[in-house]
Amino acid sequence: MAHIQLPEGLPGILGPLAISPETAKPLLELAEVLLRGPNTLTSADRETIATYVSSQNDCRFCQLSHGAAAAEQLSGNYELIDRVKSDYDSAEISEKLKALLAIAGKVQRGGKYVTGEDVERARRLGATDKEIHDTVLIAAAFCMFNRYVDGLGTWQPADPQAYREMGQRMARVGYVRANREEPVHSA
Amino acid sequence: MAHIQLPEGLPGIRGPLVFSPATTQPMCELAEVLLRGPNSLTMAEREMIATYVSACNDCYYCQTCHGSAAAQYLGGGAADYALIGQMKADCEATPLSNKMKALLTIAGKVQQGGKFVTAEDVERARSHGATDKEIHDTVLIAAAFCMFNRYVDGLDTWQPQDAEFYREVGKQTVALGYVARDWKRPPQTAATNRAATVGR
Repeated sequence: MAHIQLPEGLPGILGPLAISPETAKPLLELAEVLLRGPNTLTSADRETIATYVSSQNDCRFCQLSHGAAAAEQLSGNYELIDRVKSDYDSAEISEKLKALLAIAGKVQRGGKYVTGEDVERARRLGATDKEIHDTVLIAAAFCMFNRYVDGLGTWQPADPQAYREMGQRMARVGYVRANREEPVHSA
Repeated sequence: MAHIQLPEGLPGIRGPLVFSPATTQPMCELAEVLLRGPNSLTMAEREMIATYVSACNDCYYCQTCHGSAAAQYLGGGAADYALIGQMKADCEATPLSNKMKALLTIAGKVQQGGKFVTAEDVERARSHGATDKEIHDTVLIAAAFCMFNRYVDGLDTWQPQDAEFYREVGKQTVALGYVARDWKRPPQTAATNRAATVGR
């Protein structure tokens, strides 16, 4: 049971978002601009960064839903996302994305862990200042979202298919528009 | 020097906020709702939760700015600033209410990680009168400052070491909040004037 009274049947962050619409609005707008706004990083790359940070924070709901959103934008390549979570250096992703994931992993531990060398490496592999900025902020934002979801003890479905459907929806309609429609109810 | 090229002379989060207007709008709206929106927790109490978490995250800029805002809401005297210092060092030893101490405990658990919050922590807060909304808001304020702190330190922003600067920031927060604010205009103090002249 969640730590506070949340609507029945809404998984993960959807419960807290439903009871607090005034904070849900900026939270969803932030997710939308960070993960789907105009960017030189693909939406799949950004969802991959969000997934990696969520797995480092051990947040099941966020890593599975955002992992599905990433995989659905990569022709359903769920194996790649699993590989990124377990050992991204051996995954078939660009060297630039590996360097950005290294920065994201440092941010997850704490902002001060990011070194000049981490940033230099990413830049050498072609990362721009905006891409580095966005990586830091995506990682920081998921340190928030993960804590919001787990800190309230939300219900998180066990069935992997539930996350697949959420990921498809996130990849297709995003975060702001999805919230205006009827939220997904799963039992 | 910061990890990326940020606008000159802007302390702490102001550099990234000006650098990235598209993300600034929702972040500032979130801060405004959480810290100043209609709530049964006072603005001072919510700034204290933000300050406590920022201190746990060792973010000098955020803990000093939000600590100053909290102290200013309380009256802005030396005793108010002393209370904030005491809260950061040992919140149980302060004269704060038992409800506030229980909420700060929850915030401290969230800072470590969401799963650290126990049903006992929540029960304790509830037994001292905390509502579901207050518990929700405490968790989200703590979580949000785990973001803001990492944003500020993860980009290695410039953080003035000047008590006068932070005192003025606290006053600016009380007067303007987080949305109706020009982030390009930090309070004019010795530190920011120096930064403006020498490009920090």
